[in-house]
Amino acid sequence: MADQATFADEAMEYMPQLYSAALRMTRNASDAEDLVQETYLKAYRGFGGFKEGTNLKAWLYRILTNTFINSYRAKKRRPDETELDEVEDLYLYRRLGGLEAAQVGRSAEDELMDWFTDAEVKEAIEDLPENFRLAVLLADVEGFSYKEIAEILDIPIGTVMSRLHRGRKALQKQLYDYASQRGLTARPEGPDGAGSDETSDRQPAHTGPTARDV
Amino acid sequence: MADHHEHASEHDGHDHASDCEAALAEIYTYLDGELTTEKRVLIARHLEGCNPCIEAYDFEAELRMVISRRCRDEVPESLRIRIAQKLTLMAQGDEGQGGDEGTGVGPA
Repeated sequence: MADQATFADEAMEYMPQLYSAALRMTRNASDAEDLVQETYLKAYRGFGGFKEGTNLKAWLYRILTNTFINSYRAKKRRPDETELDEVEDLYLYRRLGGLEAAQVGRSAEDELMDWFTDAEVKEAIEDLPENFRLAVLLADVEGFSYKEIAEILDIPIGTVMSRLHRGRKALQKQLYDYASQRGLTARPEGPDGAGSDETSDRQPAHTGPTARDV
Repeated sequence: MADHHEHASEHDGHDHASDCEAALAEIYTYLDGELTTEKRVLIARHLEGCNPCIEAYDFEAELRMVISRRCRDEVPESLRIRIAQKLTLMAQGDEGQGGDEGTGVGPA
């Protein structure tokens, strides 16, 4: 049984993460502020029911997510999940991996960081249909485990995995579209890679779609 | 794909291409830290000897890092203050009712 007097000390530090997640969920700064405030007030009232020593961050996210689903979701209709394009695995890597390897002298991470702006990454996530957005947000941005996500969203682990799978592919497709719009993908592409000067062993080998269709 | 078959010929006796397929099929589960130890060890062993798969894994791991780093927003100071004030008010209300002044502990 947690002591309400310690609530602020323990919970306030999660506000930046909760606020960022709230922005991705509501896609709107004023709704995000209301959502975070409501989450903290609910959490304070319910803090007696929080088991000390268990995961406070996951507990707060569960309140945030439930509050969002119950109070904010209905406001804006998002595309249905069936509208997600079917995209192959490793979508971005199969298209951009070669570019990355071709950049000699710079680390791959620098390259990736440069490709996408904050606004693009945020928008790509915000454009995902809601069920997929929540799963991707909790896993890839917040680093929760499948089990934690299952508890936060109150869905089976298998559902978490399938939403993550499709959500991540859709996210990669969107990021690729941003990269193409800015001409980042417009490199001459001859058969066998025209300009492949002695980098052949550094080019991604996995360029074709896999046989599987998970 | 052509690279893959060349690569496979370096490892006689192994169906390397299908090892790669198996490793890539688990790429997200691996990066999520959700594989069984047994599977994890198998994949780690494969990655040690397979540059193309390592590159794919690195790419995905880096992409994930980029996504999480770029999704941080600063909390408006006004929001932080508003929430702190509301929590203080609620705590004071609890003290008033519970009478256990000084600790702020609500009724058990």
